[in-house]
Amino acid sequence: MEIQEKVCFEEDLNLDFLETIKELSHCEEIDRCIQCGTCSSSCPDAVYMDFTPRKIMALTKGGFEDTVLKSFTPWLCASCYSCQVRCPAKIKITDVMYAIKRVAIEKNKYPSRFPIPVMYKEMHKILTKNGRSSELWLMLNLYLKTLNPFGLFKMAPLGLKLIKTGRMSIKKESIKNKKQLKKLLKAVKEET
Amino acid sequence: MKEYIYYPGCSAKTNAKHYEESILPVFKILGVELEELPDWNCCGATASMSVDDEKSAAINGRNLSIAEKAGKDIIAPCAACYLSLKKANNFLKEGSKASEKILSKLEKLGLEYKGTIKVKHPIEVLVNEIGINLIKEKIQYELRGLKVASYYGCQVVRPFIEFDDVDYPQSMDILLQALGVETVDFTAKTKCCGGALSANLEELGARLNYIIIKEAKKKGADAIVTLCPLCLFNLEIMQSKIKKIYKEDFKMPILFFSQLMGLAFGLSREEMGFSRSLIQTKQIWDKIEIGGINV
Repeated sequence: MEIQEKVCFEEDLNLDFLETIKELSHCEEIDRCIQCGTCSSSCPDAVYMDFTPRKIMALTKGGFEDTVLKSFTPWLCASCYSCQVRCPAKIKITDVMYAIKRVAIEKNKYPSRFPIPVMYKEMHKILTKNGRSSELWLMLNLYLKTLNPFGLFKMAPLGLKLIKTGRMSIKKESIKNKKQLKKLLKAVKEET
Repeated sequence: MKEYIYYPGCSAKTNAKHYEESILPVFKILGVELEELPDWNCCGATASMSVDDEKSAAINGRNLSIAEKAGKDIIAPCAACYLSLKKANNFLKEGSKASEKILSKLEKLGLEYKGTIKVKHPIEVLVNEIGINLIKEKIQYELRGLKVASYYGCQVVRPFIEFDDVDYPQSMDILLQALGVETVDFTAKTKCCGGALSANLEELGARLNYIIIKEAKKKGADAIVTLCPLCLFNLEIMQSKIKKIYKEDFKMPILFFSQLMGLAFGLSREEMGFSRSLIQTKQIWDKIEIGGINV
């Protein structure tokens, strides 16, 4: 019989990973995880995940940085906070998932060819640039960048329906004081 | 009556126009004028929290600061906006090193924030502050005969809710019952619709929305009534996908609670944006005893 799982040696682990995630998620309680699985059984998307939320907690505690950052799991978290309000150890699981997503983007390890990270990055880019989000432009960018352009044809009937009911804006939405927003976003990334 | 400032969010200006079209006149009838937050920016929702939490806190801080200058609490009807503003508000008030940093950057740009305001959802204000009694006084036509499933979704009830239960909230049910509408015992009322994932991962979206609509149908609901623009959007657009995968054509109308309130207050179907529904609303008019008064 062939071994399916890649064996991970101690030198492959990053034992600082837990501390990084604790800090970024503003959640000190990850240590308290007792692997009860309440999170996984509360999660509406767990069936689609490569590692259930319970496993992600264990992998994070164990320092399996690479496995966690490359996992689809945090990107399949819809932020419904079911796990977070039910966790008996009071771990802010949804916020832990957010922290993992941010580290995965920063280290460029998120699953490529998966639409969700690209969608979040695009949306964040548009709304920080213009101050408002514009669905039409987001969808256009998204399909041109990641999914096949044929996706646009598939979306066309829905787009037409939305235009017919007056629920789609063609123009790029924007705030008036874009200058202030730009300065603010630049400032928060500076140390002093 | 207390004054509030209204934070529409991006959806209320595009795909959920009928939310704004119904919520503003309904509050006006109840004597609360909702002034729009001047030059508000997008809350960033799940996208910004996933990409950059400092920027997410900063853009929400900008909105909070503008509202504080007006001296009013924020009303945010969209679930994602409500959560983002509330999360940022809690964070900016916590007094940590990270939050002090964001506050000082805001202050330098004339966006000082002292943390004196609250973020509220219209349901909370309607039920707990304006009160069911006043709402009942304004009713012109009771909507008898209509049976709905009230669907709360995730982000209004979790994780920060102060006015209701995280799994089985009642506020919207109480509100709808006051209008004469019957609400079913809907166990899927806080199950997730998939949020931003549904439109991109259609199989997942179809599955989650199927669970919700199927449960509503089983309980005999004529429509699903919601308080979140993204839930409404997902529940509407996923029905064609559900038909393909699960071979069930629900044709379940999805409405905002405020549309039914307006109707009960004597406003017309057209004014309340019923024609913006992607699913035919005919079955609703057949059920309401007064025929939904088309004035």
